[in-house]
Amino acid sequence: MATRYLLGNEAIAHACLEGNADFACGYPGTPSSEVIDILRAQQERQLYVEWSTNEKVAFENALGASWSGIRALCTMKHVGMNVASDPLMTSAYTGVTGGFVILCADDPFAHSSQNEQDSRWYAHASQVPCLDPSSVQEAHDMIRDAFSLSEEFGLPVIVRPTTRICHSKSDVELGPIGTEHRIGEFRRDPKQYVMVPAHARVLHTKLNEKQEGIKKRLVELGYNRYEIRGETAIIANGVAAAYVQEVMPEGVSFMTIGAYPIDGEWLAGFVGRHRKVLVVEELDPVVEEAVRQVATATEVHGKMNGYLPREGEFTPAVVAAALQASGFTPTRIFPESPPVPGIPPRPPILCAGCMHRATFYAMRKVFRDAVFPSDIGCYTLGLQLGAVDTTICMGASITVGSGIAQSGEQRDVVCSIGDSTFLHSGIHGLINAVYNGADMIVVILDNRTTAMTGHQPNPTTGVTATGEPSGPISLDAICRACGVSFVETVDPYDLPLLIETFRQARERNGVRVIISKQPCVITARRAGIRRKPYAVDPDRCTGCGICRAFGCPAIVFTDDHAAITDLCAGCGVCADICPAGAIAREGRR
Amino acid sequence: MTFDILIVGVGGQGTILASNVLGEACLLEGRTVRSAETHGMAQRGGSVESHVRIDGRHGPLIVPGTADLLIAFDLLEALRYRHFLQPGGKLVTNRRIIVPTSVYTQKIDIPDEETVLAALGDLAITAIDAAALAAEAGSPLSQNIVMLGAASHHIPLSPDSLAAAVQRCVPPKTVEVNQKAFGLGRDAGRRH
Repeated sequence: MATRYLLGNEAIAHACLEGNADFACGYPGTPSSEVIDILRAQQERQLYVEWSTNEKVAFENALGASWSGIRALCTMKHVGMNVASDPLMTSAYTGVTGGFVILCADDPFAHSSQNEQDSRWYAHASQVPCLDPSSVQEAHDMIRDAFSLSEEFGLPVIVRPTTRICHSKSDVELGPIGTEHRIGEFRRDPKQYVMVPAHARVLHTKLNEKQEGIKKRLVELGYNRYEIRGETAIIANGVAAAYVQEVMPEGVSFMTIGAYPIDGEWLAGFVGRHRKVLVVEELDPVVEEAVRQVATATEVHGKMNGYLPREGEFTPAVVAAALQASGFTPTRIFPESPPVPGIPPRPPILCAGCMHRATFYAMRKVFRDAVFPSDIGCYTLGLQLGAVDTTICMGASITVGSGIAQSGEQRDVVCSIGDSTFLHSGIHGLINAVYNGADMIVVILDNRTTAMTGHQPNPTTGVTATGEPSGPISLDAICRACGVSFVETVDPYDLPLLIETFRQARERNGVRVIISKQPCVITARRAGIRRKPYAVDPDRCTGCGICRAFGCPAIVFTDDHAAITDLCAGCGVCADICPAGAIAREGRR
Repeated sequence: MTFDILIVGVGGQGTILASNVLGEACLLEGRTVRSAETHGMAQRGGSVESHVRIDGRHGPLIVPGTADLLIAFDLLEALRYRHFLQPGGKLVTNRRIIVPTSVYTQKIDIPDEETVLAALGDLAITAIDAAALAAEAGSPLSQNIVMLGAASHHIPLSPDSLAAAVQRCVPPKTVEVNQKAFGLGRDAGRRH
């Protein structure tokens, strides 16, 4: 046993090695991405690791591995589960052979997400067990044990940590790396694996019959547990259980829910022994609904009667306030401490030299009044540049765009989508737009990586997750194969050419694709590419502010004149937009 | 009781590495620790925060009004997060401001460094020039370790554990520079 200071996701990755996983895959998504990143970089245990092209692809890959008898992990963020939910629902019928663990990370407060959905509902809907850790240590222990639990029940097991587990650190006790390896061998069994109606009906009954046993077992295993300390009680799950322990007074009973489905009889026994119960859980009132179902004479407080917020994430202060409101005496009261008002905001911005900024600049220059559907990636920050009108989910730029174009909207529709997102779920939308004759422009922002989540490789990068060469896929060839005749690939650092290409595209009809291609400035720097920085000639600068509006963090304005700082990555786009010709590569005048 | 430290700065300044040093130092002293940090897109030049709770056993989050120590890698961020400090809490800050791009694109007025320092004047404050000290140490990238050195007087971990943790956390080639940075920061922190 060794104690180390680890990020939740590092502890989770280590637990997979301890749990004898032989297969790991996923699609990057904050806050889940580091797990596969660590597994692909480690040398301690040999296992197959891949970055898949989307979550459904990842899920089905892992399911195939599990059906072949080996232990498999599949990772995603909560909204990735929406993509993977099709195989999830039926894999509960077919069951699994090798332990199959789905790591699905939820994001209360939507720190890095488009919504605050609660993955526990997916476990409920599919009737598979779900583990819900309240600390980094527990996340580690649950993942390690989830593989054998999955084999015991013959079902996939969902583990759903939240952001404050995945991206928090703690001293963690680790176990030894597993030394057992299996080699996959698929055993033909159509009644198990071929879901024609006759087989599905039988397996649905079997799935329902498993449920009572699972509920009892999750209590036996100690995932759901309590201590009786008085006639009032608090029930909590996930990281909220840690906040409760920080402020809970003595003499109050405490139940921790760490796994679902919850045994109703067991829960009723606990609730019935108390006069009053407060349920503390982030996201949706899943536990609270279960408590209210079994409470007869017990007074129940929680989200459903407004004692806790239904949105956002909790803190010890939020929990202490709920304790007070429901008549408990928290051990700590947190006085109001409001921030100083009026401080200039510092939101995240596109990097100096980012190819997205140049592309958006050219797009806005040519299309002053158009509709700009966009997608999910660093380029969503194009919102600050007026280049993003819609973002809903992965791949929805092209599809929402074609819908707008077919709606009778008279303005041009120019949508933007990154390379990884295009390969995730953009291609179907492109085929659909071409097939149905939509009139629109699709801009593929091709920076050759999955940048936002930490530069994971994808099929355009040229290497696999483990660094094996894998010939980069041609986005041009894909678009042409989808039936697009206007496909132009342009280097966005060549601003005049990019503007000219947008103008040509504007004059054509049908679906037109512009691939704006330039490596992400961060990966380029890591690969050793150095471009000479640019500088402003103070005598020529007229202080017009056009470069300022470009929004590059390397451009500052002092005394009504522009200057370029050492953040400059040397892309040179600002030299092309300066009307006074005042910007040039350093030492070039 | 925990000792709660909030480290704030601008994405890219190395707040996560600084919090790793504190966590490793806790392990070296056999103490528990909980922390929380900003990952993902917020790191792209945005305002970032790392919570570190020495002797923490429960959650990783520090509540506003309760931090024992605020370490700010940027003076404007010191002002943005000062409400996290408890009455009597200590502030150790860099004297310099990285001007947010929003100031230029949205034409927002930004207070100068003297004005911000005056607005923080009611606190127990140590303000140092981290960039100058990092340059003296041999690398502008060592500003985060300079700041930790300056704050080390207020952290309930021994300087030896902190120095050993620096050695564990930084890239091997930069150990010497960072150890010098820690020492220079510690000297600068003592003078205040």
